[in-house]
Formats: sequence, structure tokens, C-alpha cells
Amino acid sequence: MDRKEILNELKKVLVPYTEDKAILEGLTEQTDLIKDLKINSANLVDIIIDAEAQYNIEIDFDAAEKMYNVGNCIDVIAEKINKPA
Amino acid sequence: MNNRVVITGLGVVAPNGTNVPDFLKAIQNGVSGIKHFPEYEDLKFNCQVGGVPDFEWDALRNYITETSLYGLKGKGIAYGIKAALDAWTDAGNEIVSENPHWDTGCVFGSSVADTDVIKNAINRVDAHESKKLGSRVVEQIMNSGVTAYISGRLGLGNKIINNSAACATGTQSIFMGYEYIKYGMAKRMLVGSCEFVDKYVFGGFDSMRVLSRKYNDEPERASRPMSASAGGFVPGSGAGALVLEDMEYALARGAKIYGEVLGGSTNSGGQRNGGTMTAPSSEGVVRCIQEAIAGAGIAADAIDLVCGHLTATIADKLEIQNWVKALQRSGKDFPLVNSLKSMIGHSLSAAGSIETVAAVLQLKYNFAHPNLNLEDPMPEILDAIGPNNLPTTKVDRQINTVAKANFGFGDVNACLILSKFN
Repeated sequence: MDRKEILNELKKVLVPYTEDKAILEGLTEQTDLIKDLKINSANLVDIIIDAEAQYNIEIDFDAAEKMYNVGNCIDVIAEKINKPA
Repeated sequence: MNNRVVITGLGVVAPNGTNVPDFLKAIQNGVSGIKHFPEYEDLKFNCQVGGVPDFEWDALRNYITETSLYGLKGKGIAYGIKAALDAWTDAGNEIVSENPHWDTGCVFGSSVADTDVIKNAINRVDAHESKKLGSRVVEQIMNSGVTAYISGRLGLGNKIINNSAACATGTQSIFMGYEYIKYGMAKRMLVGSCEFVDKYVFGGFDSMRVLSRKYNDEPERASRPMSASAGGFVPGSGAGALVLEDMEYALARGAKIYGEVLGGSTNSGGQRNGGTMTAPSSEGVVRCIQEAIAGAGIAADAIDLVCGHLTATIADKLEIQNWVKALQRSGKDFPLVNSLKSMIGHSLSAAGSIETVAAVLQLKYNFAHPNLNLEDPMPEILDAIGPNNLPTTKVDRQINTVAKANFGFGDVNACLILSKFN
């Protein structure tokens, strides 16, 4: 799965967590989850739980801390799906 | 400080109406919200009927943000949000506010958090999957979940309190809000309570043998307050809410005023002299009602309507005898008395607030709603107050002053005196 494909799937994961559907539509690797998408920081764990289910991966605490913008999320997800748990 | 407190907004989610206009029509026409539930039959409950609001979950989109709605599972919280926000907008306010309303608080009560949410947490943790619980569990299993959702949505910045006093919860929340305004600690208080009776709470009451069990085939006849053939209460769910406001503040903004909270009281019989965990002490009840009347600064003779607790158990006759003692009125001199529970059952924590909304509507529109299923009043009640104060059809009459009370497990009492605004 390439980065573009991961981004498109990630977009679906993020739908329920942001009110700003326009920014979500124009999602780029630079989009910040908290600053741009205005996602409540407490809800980041829900996105991680959903992403784990979506890609059948496990995201540990250290990896989760890196996931603050879309590019970081893709880095973590790409690494995990290419290295089966 | 002794500010006058007026009622400027109402909201309700009840088994016989999920908004104020529908609820008003239902209580005027004596519409029952009690239904048979095959699930209760399957669970081998003695009581297989209940009152559950016909609630449109999707309509919450008009109340809270989509991200907040996503992940909301607690039904009691959901009922509370709708009732509270309906009351808020009914009082002429906007939901969205840039800044906190420092002069406005919230007392909203509940008894048990939604056990479906708790059950999910228990199952996940026991399956060693606590990491899958996510961020939305704690806010829904904490007792103050409902106040957190309401105050957060509206930006309320004064006292935010979740109260719990069993079946007296709703009445007590209104009284607490009244006191804060009366003593100058807040200008406005959004008050009320909510309840979702899930099968686990239902089962607990069923096992105590205090629920109605003889009318499972005729659900609308199952809730029979004050009736000789009453055999227990019918559990109900829902929420009620009121906006209380400092009179000067309400007048200054030209608010619509439904009525005034003249006074009230909340106390306990201390579980002494006949009072127990489950039964109220007569002494405590009588004191509570008399303190409310004294606080209101009226004579007991001024009361036109008693909206009782009256759950449809043998305690109903004791309650009427307590009212007789407290008001020092009996026979044909007793006020009209009714029980909303004949239509919607007993919604525990939510009972006081839903019933107070009904009381305010009766005050505003000059009627006493019918008591359903009261073909055969208990002889002790007839002895105490005669047959003429127990309406079985709507009575159209000038209603200037209403006494509303509820009594709960733990021997706790709460009473309000409401009047037209003059």
C-alpha cells in the first residue's frame, strides 16, 4: 500500500472525529490533526484504536506519540503494515 | 438576599411525549406511554411493561456536534441533553456561545450511569482489551456525565452540580437551583434530571417485588396510583428540565415567564421513627412539606393542586395521609391531587423534573390532568380526602398554586411550591 492509498484510507478513519469536513476533503501530509482538523487531543486515542482495527496493526505508546500530523500517521502505519506484528 | 425566582424555559423527554407541546397534549388528554416489552417477558421479569420515550437518536444532531454525538451511547445523558437544550432555547437563548455564561449554572441529577456503557467497559477489561475502550467511556460512566455534556455545549460557567437523591433527585435539583438564585449566587440555573431504566436496574426493582405485575397484557392499565388494585409501580425513563431565572434578570430581558418558584425544601427523616432505607418517615415528609410552604410565605389553604409522588404502591395511602397532616386540610377541603405516574410510570431520578414540568404546564394553562386507572381509589384515601379531589378526567379550573413533592430511597424528601407569576 503506497502513501497515497494510506492517506485516502486515513481520511475515512478521521471522518467522525472532525467537524471541518472541507479541510478533511483537502487532506495533505502536512495537515495537523489538532491545529488544522481541530480534533480534541483526548480523541486521538480513538483514532489510533480505529487505525489499529483498519490496518490490523498494533500502535504502541512510542509510535502513537509521533502521530500528530497526517504525514507522521502515514509513517507509522506504513512501517507497521510492512513489518507484520 | 432574597431574590424572586421565575421559570422561563421548559424541556421534556417523556414516555408520552418527547417535546413540550406533545407532552402538554398527552397530559391534557390522559395519554399513557406505558407499553409491553417482549424482552422483559423473555428475561422472566414479573413486571413486563415500562415507559420508554419514543426518542429519535438522530435528532441529537440538532443539539450537539457530530463528533460529540459519535461515540455517545448513554441514553440517560442523551435524554438529559435534549430536555436541557430544549428548555434553554425555549427560554429564548442560543445554544452556541463564544464565551462562558459566568452567571448561569446547572444542577442536573441522575441515579445510575447507563449500564450498557458500563457493561461494555466490564466486558472489554475482562477480555484483556482495556486499550480498546477509547476516550469516550469515562465521560459517560461518571455520574456527572450529563452535566458535563450540557454545560459544555452551552458554555455554562457558574456552579455545575450533578445531584443524586434517588426518586427525589429531580425535585431536589430544582430546589438547589432555586436556592442559588434566591441567595444571589447565580442569575440563571438550568435544572432537571434524567433516567434510563435499563434491564439491570429494572431487574433490581423487580426482585424487590415492588413493580406492577398483574397488567402485563394491558400495559396502559398497569400504572395505578392511589388505586385499591394497584400492585406496584411501572418503571419509566426520560428527562425533564427547567430554566430558572432571577426575576429582575428575566424581566430586564423581556423573557416569557411560566410561573414562579415560591419556595421549597429538601430533608430526610433520618431513617428513624418509621423511616427506613426504602420507606419515608411521616415526620420527615410532613416537615418537608411544611417547610416548603413556610418558605414560600403562603398559607396551606392557597394550594390548588397537589402533584404527588404517588407511585402506585401501598405507600400511596400513607403519602395522602402525610399531605393531610402537612396541609391540615382533609375531606372536600383537600386540594385536587394527581399523579403523572399513572400515564408514564415512575421514572426514578427523572420523575421529579418531568412531573414539575407537568405541574408548571397545569399552572400555566389552568387544568389538572386526569389520574388514569383510578376507578377504585384506596378506601383509606377516600376516608382522608373524599372522592371529589381525585380527577379521572381533565379538570379545567384556575390553578394559582401547586405543591409538588417526591420522596426517595434513603428516606430523602423534596418539595416545591410553584405559583403563577404576579
